Amino acid sequence: MTIDITVTINGRLYRASVEPRLLLSDFLRDTLGLTGTHVGCEHGVCGACTVIIDGDSVRSCLTLAVRADGATITTVEGLGTPEQLNALQHQFRECHGLQCGFCTPGMLMTGMDLLKKYPLATDDQIREGLSGNLCRCTGYQNIVAAIRAAAALRNETTP
Amino acid sequence: MKAGDVAYFRAQSVSDAVAAFRSCEGDARYLAGGQSLLAAMNLRLLTPDLLIDIAHIDALRGIERRGGEIRIGALTRHAEILSSPIIASHVPLLAAAAPWVAHPAIRNKGTIGGSIAFADPASEFPAVALALNARIELDNGDSVRFVEAQDFFLDLYETAAEPGEILSAVWFPVATPDQRCTFDELARRRGDYAIVGVAIVADFSGEIVDRIRIVFFSVGSTPVRALRAEAALTGTALVDTDIELAQQALAGDLSPSDDVQVSAATRMHLASVLLRRQLGKLPVPTPKAVRA
Ligand SMILES: Cc1cc2nc3c(=O)[nH]c(=O)nc-3n(C[C@H](O)[C@H](O)[C@H](O)COP(=O)(O)OP(=O)(O)OC[C@H]3O[C@@H](n4cnc5c(N)ncnc54)[C@H](O)[C@@H]3O)c2cc1C
Ligand code: FES
Ligand code: FES
Repeated sequence: MTIDITVTINGRLYRASVEPRLLLSDFLRDTLGLTGTHVGCEHGVCGACTVIIDGDSVRSCLTLAVRADGATITTVEGLGTPEQLNALQHQFRECHGLQCGFCTPGMLMTGMDLLKKYPLATDDQIREGLSGNLCRCTGYQNIVAAIRAAAALRNETTP
Repeated sequence: MKAGDVAYFRAQSVSDAVAAFRSCEGDARYLAGGQSLLAAMNLRLLTPDLLIDIAHIDALRGIERRGGEIRIGALTRHAEILSSPIIASHVPLLAAAAPWVAHPAIRNKGTIGGSIAFADPASEFPAVALALNARIELDNGDSVRFVEAQDFFLDLYETAAEPGEILSAVWFPVATPDQRCTFDELARRRGDYAIVGVAIVADFSGEIVDRIRIVFFSVGSTPVRALRAEAALTGTALVDTDIELAQQALAGDLSPSDDVQVSAATRMHLASVLLRRQLGKLPVPTPKAVRA
């Protein structure tokens, strides 16, 4: 059994025919070659696969591709480019918010959702917002610092 | 790991969904937020033959006041519970529990219907439903019936819902002015399932407790009411000696077991600590008399 779906990802429209059991994470990575979204655990615990679907951060490993039919999705490829990082990516670089980079796509997508919902995010809100994302390298402090810096800069530039 | 092969059907109505369930010869499962079901399927703990997607059924949505109750549609997501002004003012215990449920990305998808129907003994919402004795609305496509929360949670992941019945809504009583509530849990990391947690709701006359319901979760195969501790506190003003008696009574209420996180003895101790701490926090309607 396959089902036809139409999905907008990073501003581009994709049509595909997918098996019901296909996870959105595998659809992004294997079918479309968008390998920026990482897969760590496939049961919702690590947060590496987090993407934004219709404005909310969501686990792509706990979403069936068939259910993304009609949705608008942003993955890490939809943030900045290597030449022109977006503001949050830039702060991850400035603050040394990554080492191996495995968790980083999920951290960024979670951070984007967090900054949208709590523009004045406090440290507590940032830590609580990141509670579902595991990082085995950084010790988290610099990830929190990067999100804090992005929030502060944005609030400086938008009166 | 990857989920096994499965067929998929998107239902437009409850009767549509129930008909698909009844005509499936293998194992059919309703798919709501998928935050428990897909995790279990990816681990191949569950290998259903058919997923019936109920997320597009409008009748399962909405939060509204109906007389003395708030009806919360099954598809209401944890994130919506967290931000709903109606729930904040009328079902404060549920609002207090919501931040403890999982992490933001999971709260953006997981539903209250899925949480109550799944009946994980470590889950927050089943405990809140039991503390407030919410009414669970069950729809079999032809008719609707109600089961009180105290008769709903039967055993580990086992509820009073019949096979094929859809949990369509949960009805919570509106909090009265003399009611106070509190919620807390202990977990290794924010958003993880609790090692032990408690939901308390009390009705006061002045500073005297008229009625109190205390529900612990993550201490057995279902959420558990601490009936003896409740009895020890009824009619008291929750002074320290009353609370000590309730802590002693707790030993007769709970019989937790060991798991990978903590021993049964530690869990029992933590339950007792949590009880004292939360009773101390219960905001008593009128100021307590100054103790000598
Ligand atoms: C990493 C992680 C951490 C989590 N932490 C917590 C936590 O701390 N506390 C907590 O409470 N939960 C936690 N959860 C679970 C989460 O809250 C789930 O969303 C919830 O338990 C199930 O809701 P759902 O809508 O996703 O249901 P689904 O996963 O879609 O379904 C779960 C089960 O219920 C059935 N079902 C769903 N809806 C209905 C309905 N309306 N009628 C009849 N049957 C139905 C399904 O058939 C299935 O068997 C966590 C999940 C993950 C992945
Ligand atoms: S891969 Fe999705 S949360 Fe770990
Ligand atoms: S940078 Fe390596 S896991 Fe986070």
